[in-house]
Amino acid sequence: MENYSIYVPKLITKKENFAPGHRACIGCGEALAVRLAFKAIGQNVIVINATGCVEIFTSQLPYTSWRVPWIHTLFENTAAVASGIEAARKAMIRKGVIKDTNTKIVAIAGDGGTIDIGLQALSGAMERGHDFLYICFDNEAYMNTGIQRSSATPFGASTTTSPAGKSSFGQFAWKKDMPAIAVAHNIPYVATACPSYPFDLMEKVKKGLEVKGPAYIQVLSVCPTGWGCAADLSIKVGRLAVKTGIFPLYEVENGKYKMSIDFPGLRPITEYMSLQKRFRHLKPKMLEQIQQKVIEKYEELKEKAAACEYNCQTVLED
Amino acid sequence: MGKSENELTWKELEVGGIVTEPGNASQYKTGDWRSQRPTYDFNKCLKCGICQIYCPEGCVNQNNQGYFEADLYYCKGCGICSRECPTFVITMKEEE
Repeated sequence: MENYSIYVPKLITKKENFAPGHRACIGCGEALAVRLAFKAIGQNVIVINATGCVEIFTSQLPYTSWRVPWIHTLFENTAAVASGIEAARKAMIRKGVIKDTNTKIVAIAGDGGTIDIGLQALSGAMERGHDFLYICFDNEAYMNTGIQRSSATPFGASTTTSPAGKSSFGQFAWKKDMPAIAVAHNIPYVATACPSYPFDLMEKVKKGLEVKGPAYIQVLSVCPTGWGCAADLSIKVGRLAVKTGIFPLYEVENGKYKMSIDFPGLRPITEYMSLQKRFRHLKPKMLEQIQQKVIEKYEELKEKAAACEYNCQTVLED
Repeated sequence: MGKSENELTWKELEVGGIVTEPGNASQYKTGDWRSQRPTYDFNKCLKCGICQIYCPEGCVNQNNQGYFEADLYYCKGCGICSRECPTFVITMKEEE
């Protein structure tokens, strides 16, 4: 089945839970990611949406793009509201006020709302083990307020609060490894996804919904406006992020790492970075430093995945 | 709601700014943001639907003959469909 990807799109549901007419920028990878995720999730859901790009462009006052129950929360309390709704529904079902319709709770937020501001609420919700799915749409900066750096901004990227110039080379810290933080909470399901691999993304969202307990999915959403790439390249840039190993796709089920897509050789990061304005100022020496770090991280991840596979095999053989 | 954004007054809004009609953003025309429009050469089309899956607007639908075509009421002209099409059916033309 080498032409798998050519025949499969037809099998995906045509039903949209996310109406067109939203005001996302031209070529927005986040709008695509939301659309695909909600194709997989379906209608039986309550959505908790933190402030951020998604909230802004889908709900300009007299209009809404959502065809599912939706609530807007602040940056910092998305996971808290999600856990409140989940606990309240549980109590009401127990008291017989409402029927158990197996409604899913899905919290969505951007990288600022997840990795910076909402982290402690999320950490609490994961620790208490509420049954919900948290999707972080990671576009690597605060895009809706004008491209300020967040802790998910990659090293060297130029943003308005970490501008490249004579005395600064852009973002000075490495990207926070949020999936690893989620894994450290011992939750049943953690995954990374990218809308450039739509079937993989939808599969992971479905898996995360079915899991009992908290699930966390981080979705890389290409932002042509903030990253400074052409609007029609947004799928290609996402694909290159995966192929260069900058954003590897993997899932962690009950602490067991598994690579979703594994490449025999990684592409050089310059292929990914040369398409974007935010990395244009980087000197070859710095690129080399980043390349080394990327390979190091990727190898580390592969080792974890290999170790888990080895353990599984030995258990089976015993 | 039925009314366009310009005709609405504050008196017609629900208490708390609640929107009572799900998905009513589909009334809003985003097609006039476009500077390029997709044009199609259906002789080469496989009807694979890749343009539909990658469209951030969700505005690509099948027409009567089963070909996938963008709804120009919503299409913002990003050019993703043209870039991702495996048989190069779609070319972007400058909007007049």
